[in-house]
Amino acid sequence: MIPVGFAYERPDAVEGALELLAEHGEDATVLAGGHSLLPVMKLRLGTPELIIDIGRLSELSYVRVEGDEVAIGAGTRHHAVETSDVVAAEVPLLAAVARTVGDPQVRHRGTLGGSLAHADPASDLPAAVLALGGTVVLRSLRGDRYVPITAFYTGVFSSVREPDELVVEVRVPRTGGAGWAYEKFTRRANDWAIVGVAVVDGRVGLVNMGSTPLRASATEAALAEGASIVDAAMLADRDTDPPADVAGTKEYRRHLARVFARRALTTAIVA
Amino acid sequence: MTRHRHHARDTLRAMSIMGTRVVRTEDPVFLSRGATYTDDLTDERLTGALHLTFVRSPLAHATITAVDVEGARNAPGVVDVVTGTDIDLVAPKLFAGAADGMERPWLATDKVRFVGEPVAAVLTEDSYQGQDAADLVEIDYDPLPAVVDLRAAASDEVLLFESAGTNTSNGFGLGKQFDEHLFDGCDVVVTREIVNQRLAAASLETRAATAVWGEDGRVTVWCSTQNAQAARDAIAGWLGIDVALVHVITPDVGGGFGAKIGADPEFALVAWLARRTGRPVRWSETRSENMTGMVHGRAQLQTVTIGGNREGDVLAYRLDVLADAGAYPRLGSLLPYFTRMMAPGVYDIPKVESRARVVVTTTTSTGAYRGAGRPEATAAIERAMDLFAAEIGLDPAEVRRRNVIDPGAFPFRTKGGAVYDTGEYAQALDKVLDASGYAALRAEQAVRRERGDVVQLGIGVSVFVEITGGGAFAEDASVQVHPDGTVTVLTGTSPHGQGHATAWAMLAHSHLGIPIEKITVRHGDTDLIPRGGGTMGSRSLQTGGVAVYQAAGELVEVAKRRAADLLEADVDDLVVADGAVTVVGTTTGVTLAELAGRAELKVDSVFDSGAPSFPFGAHVAVVEVDVESGKAVVDRIVTVDDAGPILNPLLAEGQRHGGIAQGISQALLEEVVYDADGNPLTATFVDYGFPSAAELPSFTLVDMATPTHLNPLGAKGIGEAGTIGATPAVQSAVIDAVSHLGVRHIDMPATPVRVWEAINAARGSGGARVDTAGSAQ
Ligand SMILES: Cc1cc2nc3c(=O)[nH]c(=O)nc-3n(C[C@H](O)[C@H](O)[C@H](O)COP(=O)(O)OP(=O)(O)OC[C@H]3O[C@@H](n4cnc5c(N)ncnc54)[C@H](O)[C@@H]3O)c2cc1C
Repeated sequence: MIPVGFAYERPDAVEGALELLAEHGEDATVLAGGHSLLPVMKLRLGTPELIIDIGRLSELSYVRVEGDEVAIGAGTRHHAVETSDVVAAEVPLLAAVARTVGDPQVRHRGTLGGSLAHADPASDLPAAVLALGGTVVLRSLRGDRYVPITAFYTGVFSSVREPDELVVEVRVPRTGGAGWAYEKFTRRANDWAIVGVAVVDGRVGLVNMGSTPLRASATEAALAEGASIVDAAMLADRDTDPPADVAGTKEYRRHLARVFARRALTTAIVA
Repeated sequence: MTRHRHHARDTLRAMSIMGTRVVRTEDPVFLSRGATYTDDLTDERLTGALHLTFVRSPLAHATITAVDVEGARNAPGVVDVVTGTDIDLVAPKLFAGAADGMERPWLATDKVRFVGEPVAAVLTEDSYQGQDAADLVEIDYDPLPAVVDLRAAASDEVLLFESAGTNTSNGFGLGKQFDEHLFDGCDVVVTREIVNQRLAAASLETRAATAVWGEDGRVTVWCSTQNAQAARDAIAGWLGIDVALVHVITPDVGGGFGAKIGADPEFALVAWLARRTGRPVRWSETRSENMTGMVHGRAQLQTVTIGGNREGDVLAYRLDVLADAGAYPRLGSLLPYFTRMMAPGVYDIPKVESRARVVVTTTTSTGAYRGAGRPEATAAIERAMDLFAAEIGLDPAEVRRRNVIDPGAFPFRTKGGAVYDTGEYAQALDKVLDASGYAALRAEQAVRRERGDVVQLGIGVSVFVEITGGGAFAEDASVQVHPDGTVTVLTGTSPHGQGHATAWAMLAHSHLGIPIEKITVRHGDTDLIPRGGGTMGSRSLQTGGVAVYQAAGELVEVAKRRAADLLEADVDDLVVADGAVTVVGTTTGVTLAELAGRAELKVDSVFDSGAPSFPFGAHVAVVEVDVESGKAVVDRIVTVDDAGPILNPLLAEGQRHGGIAQGISQALLEEVVYDADGNPLTATFVDYGFPSAAELPSFTLVDMATPTHLNPLGAKGIGEAGTIGATPAVQSAVIDAVSHLGVRHIDMPATPVRVWEAINAARGSGGARVDTAGSAQ
């Protein structure tokens, strides 16, 4: 439970962080809330040589409406997302999902950018941003890239982020009065999801049903073609390849995806 | 006449504190400056201490072909690196009854037998350097097949210890064949295999030890243990030195749950390394190490067979146990003895037989875990009663009431070989049925079934009896009044969270009348308190506590005799109250403090209960099961945990709460899981399912107090009632919730996936496409 030794830098502006990333590339690891990174380091599963701590960069912590979108700084803590009036009014799904992450301690440390960058398919927020059809803003000394979340993930713990890039912002469309729901199925209150289903405006995001967060495209298509919720939900596990572990088999997760897709859609559409 | 009056007054005074909710005196420190655990110790003797880090096996079963410590030796801060061949101590057998050849090496040399087994020890100046250096120890392994499954272990196909020639460590009742006529005359016989799964104690304080040798040739060992004196004896034995040369001190102990009974061999190794290096050595394991290094509990595969008639009389019961010792037999290998003893539970069953085989596997060793052998017995018989009730179509509560031992039959000698002291089982059952509104619950259940609700109601009933104070029956206590009016109580029952400081002070106060703030309870220092049995098996109050009560009572008599001389009064005219001896009806008197100023006022006393006590109770659990997801949530739990008269309800309730929580958790959440290669899959707190408050309901505790005649307080033990009673009640409730779908059994923990699979299996579809997707609205 003691990490391997590492060097540590705490730049006082995003610019400084970008310079360090440009200089050190793959040897550098960004530290935001630390709530995914530090456990990995303590178990010695991760052994970064240089830590660039962006956790105190207040310029990365904001929530604001910009046109049809809400822009959220990558350093915004889950707790701030959960309690933001803007998020509650414009993208209520995101607030509700943030509220299900871990426990209050976790939510006061973990950041939206960290959660997305970490690329854990069992995390809640990536699937929510996926259902929302959001965009990840990556910045490096080379410039900014706007990557749709649908193109962001490449596998378990991996994304298209280049080593010199920092996630600086997450942009999600304002969903206004569109129906939404999040069903997170856990064994214990503050566990990771065995399976989660996020629904907003007829789009369905799946947590822990494959190597990346997924959209239940077959369900979405069926709904668009006028299928009933019950029938559409039966397609929620199509094209998924969920993990098997102590919490459940693949078959069980497929079943849960169907059940909770139905429940989430029912809440989002009927209620 | 006067004498009678005084006596009544004494009793009243005593009653003024006994049975009251005295707030824990230990809490202000815990809640403010914090406890001092072994790893927090500051002591000038520990200046310059080295830090010990173990190199542990990543494989479950392998031959060690090479060990290279050179890289580690040259790492920064490394003072010493030790492997098994450096150690000149005899490898200990950690359970005396184990087969020869199953000794545990201090550090593995030829072979490793579980993931987490220590292979090398690294000593560094700084604890941060330890893990870095440990990572540089290079060990080559040749993997061997893992042995995880108990039946595979029993088949001896792959042996853990070639020299033992068998994987069977020991057994109980194996010499006798089962009676093939046991179930003759039964209309109905049900048999079933039940898993009582492996659990981790997961105490918040992990294992820790610190040792320093003095110039007098004695070693002082601070360690996290439930019984300092047994730890001292074990450490001395392992080091091969006189017991007088070992001084064990237990600072605050952050939970044990049975897993910290006695000493772990690591403690002795810490002392040995301190001698080798001539420097103090400190060791405190990480959480990851703890999850594979500290003993696990339970781990029994049981086959129950129960027979009886259609009226509901149980006529015969058989329990066949295959128990998991883990890699090196330890205390866990003894526990099936208690499982057998308690096999018939609260029932008067004409014919009972049982046996247990204990086998080694390539997993962490097993030891005691809250209940230690008795929850396993209760889970088996209670499950069997349910299966029997289901088979004959009678209400499970009714079948229980029909078969419990009659209150007039005590002391009752059971077919398991125990002599139950006192019991009122039917009454306990009726109380929880009443308090839970059992009939109304059944009605509600029927309505939900009728409607085909997604969330079904399940009701589980258990009636249990257990054995407490079953190890050592005798316990010492010393009570001393000091000239400044304070009191010191010495006890050999050292707590690890139970509240002895409060309880023992109450007991002393009840005789002396000195405020409990002035009473200090000391424990866990073997120089100060050479004899003691520690805290385990729910024994403390009925042994150590009674000894304190007795010693304080004797001290009063001593004080009265001395006061009689001093005051030139008749002993019979003296009364002790508020810390003073006075002549009745006068203001003439002398304080105990004054008496202590004249001559030492101290009494040592030994109390011997001579026999264990048998607390009992009944639990009703109400769960809601989502039949689509399989998730069970405990809605209510209503319990009678009868441990005789209660000294301090606050402490007793705390014990009940904790036990019930762990019981619920075994039923629904917790399990140590290994894959087929012996890799632990639940070695972190992310994966190991211990509960949080959010998974628990509020508990409804119903009072009942049936005294034992074995001690003057009438007290039995209460520490383990919850894990014994709640576990089968909750398991049974989950099964009950889906029994109308055809489910008869679900092994613990009844996790969502297991419940879902059980429903599928019962529906005969055997898998995925039994979606109830249409049934939600
Ligand atoms: C007890 C516990 C329970 C939890 N429960 C849940 C749960 O239920 N659901 C859930 O979804 N999560 C859960 N988490 C994870 C939590 O949400 C984390 O906070 C989050 O996943 C990572 O955010 P962070 O800011 O802590 O990132 P860090 O741990 O600091 O970083 C994580 C990774 O992302 C990278 N990174 C971070 N920020 C950036 C950035 N701006 N640009 C580029 N790379 C970056 C880091 O280099 C690192 O690789 C839990 C964590 C804990 C400790």
